[in-house]
Amino acid sequence: MSNITYLPGKEPDAREHRLIFKNIDRVGWDNSIDCYIKDGGYEQLKKAFTMEPQAITNEVKTAGLRGRGGAGFPTGVKWGFIPPNNTKPVYLICNCDESEPGTFKDRYIVHQDPHQLIEGMIISAFAVGANTAYIYIREEFPEASEILEKAIEDAREKNFLGDDILGSGFNLEIYLHRGAGAYICGEETGLIESLEGKRPYPRIKPPYFPAALGLYMSPTIVNNVESLCHVKHIIGMGGDEYAKLGTPRNTGTRILCVSGDVKKPGYYEVEVGKITMGELLNDVCGGPKDGRSFKAVIPGGSSAKIMRCEETYQIKNPDGSQRELSFYDIPMDFDTIAACGSMAGSGGVIVMDDSRKISWVLNNINHFYAHESCGQCTPCREGSMWMRKISDRIVNGQATPEDVQTLEDVAYQIDGRTVCAFGEAASWPVEAIISKFRDELEAETSEKNEYLSEEAKRQLSFINL
Amino acid sequence: MDNTTFPPFAITPEIDAEANKRINQYPEDKKRSAVLPLLHIVQHNFGFINTEATEWVASKLDLEPMQVHEVVSFYPGLREHSPGKYHMRVCRTLSCAMAGSEELMERLCELTGIDRSKSDSHHNPIAVSPCGQWSVEFAECLASCGTGPVCLVNDDFHEAVNPDGAQELLNKYGKADSPAANS
Repeated sequence: MSNITYLPGKEPDAREHRLIFKNIDRVGWDNSIDCYIKDGGYEQLKKAFTMEPQAITNEVKTAGLRGRGGAGFPTGVKWGFIPPNNTKPVYLICNCDESEPGTFKDRYIVHQDPHQLIEGMIISAFAVGANTAYIYIREEFPEASEILEKAIEDAREKNFLGDDILGSGFNLEIYLHRGAGAYICGEETGLIESLEGKRPYPRIKPPYFPAALGLYMSPTIVNNVESLCHVKHIIGMGGDEYAKLGTPRNTGTRILCVSGDVKKPGYYEVEVGKITMGELLNDVCGGPKDGRSFKAVIPGGSSAKIMRCEETYQIKNPDGSQRELSFYDIPMDFDTIAACGSMAGSGGVIVMDDSRKISWVLNNINHFYAHESCGQCTPCREGSMWMRKISDRIVNGQATPEDVQTLEDVAYQIDGRTVCAFGEAASWPVEAIISKFRDELEAETSEKNEYLSEEAKRQLSFINL
Repeated sequence: MDNTTFPPFAITPEIDAEANKRINQYPEDKKRSAVLPLLHIVQHNFGFINTEATEWVASKLDLEPMQVHEVVSFYPGLREHSPGKYHMRVCRTLSCAMAGSEELMERLCELTGIDRSKSDSHHNPIAVSPCGQWSVEFAECLASCGTGPVCLVNDDFHEAVNPDGAQELLNKYGKADSPAANS
């Protein structure tokens, strides 16, 4: 790989391990099929066709690949949930609805390396027995939609798609389906409803696990763009070899997207768990801006719980003993971040320095979730709106100290009471920010403020108490 | 309130063929799946989706118009009123906001004479300039958080548009149409 050079100013950091992003910002690289094939593209597909579908699933299991969309669920295990006696058609869906605030990895894959995704999808479709696959792409990627349409057409022309692909007897069509700007379509059952032409109200699980009852009530596998790309590399390297990357139970590489108050925001592909929070923020990203210091970090997209940079955590070792871990020593993996009370989520790391008011951050996040709640479940629909209204009051200096408690109470009334994980996504940031920055929030409130707004008082006047 | 930036809704044989191609992407008895693709075709050609368009999509897919309307009214990416000729969607979410997207929005409104005071995030997100050329809307996370503030102008994506770069951005599309440039 020594012959690969990158555009000036876009060179990967020495601590990176580029697998998925090997071709991003590469000198002489373009997103055409010829360029991809010249670089050894679609060779892993040919290799996959020499294997049994079940053997591919087993390799993915051996590799220990965990979904890169947010939940970190093992991809091979997910594939294994298709009922063995199934007679219905199986569908594969690529979730390219990248919209978790702080995440911007899939964007680069589909713009600069679309055939990597398509090759990963063909291998995955072969493994799960799907003859139809959809790429659900967010509407806000218009250029990427055109690129993918062309890539699919080109792949079809070369018989990587269509009937009897490369003489294997396997048929597959991939279609692009554009969303229309709704965050909830990133939730897999919401995505399926949207693909069926309805409002994307998520389905309740059980019974609607997509692997059994998904698109058109048929078995459906929904995987993130990055996860599907990893499948290609797992077939190339072999599951055992892939599993040597990263750390046990947290294998492979993943793309961390850093935004906010660091000197060098951007995307960095690293071995999972082989780099700590401190190395990422201070070394790879160049540390805080001049004259500033880090205050708080959201480690995995805006729905992950916020972490304070001066915190320490008590972590259980595999042998049962305890050890203390400072924030900067947390390895960037799935399990340790979870043990520290947050989540690695989608890999979107949002950094805030000491110039940021936490109430403003909270309010921005609340506006996002209030806007994106699909409205199906009452606690989420009403709660996200009230959380936004209360944090509006705090930011505008109109809140009472009681408001902070009310805000926290509302959050805990949403969490766990909704059909899908959006309820948690909306309430976790509030719960975490209040538990870690209560003093700062209360300092912005005043006893002198009215607890009830003029509107609330007018509404109350209609009720006979 | 709908201006004349876009042609009136009228189905040409080309548009009909494009719609049929999309419908064929889904199983024969699952035509409803083509609701979003067909609505995108309408919005792309006519700027927004009116009652007539909703009825056309419904008839193409053997649906009740209400089944199409419930989709139109749900998605932030589908519009029921005409935007300006150049529709600017500025990312409002955390990383872009930290990079100055609120100031960018203010600058764009100043330069184009847009009044956002009657806009809200849910029912009336789009504000159009008096000349009908420009419109703005706050979008939620456009997934380019490392290069904020970002915005989409129609289908063009722009990164690192600092508030000071607002005029430069407008210049790329139509300086003469900007009221600030005329005054």
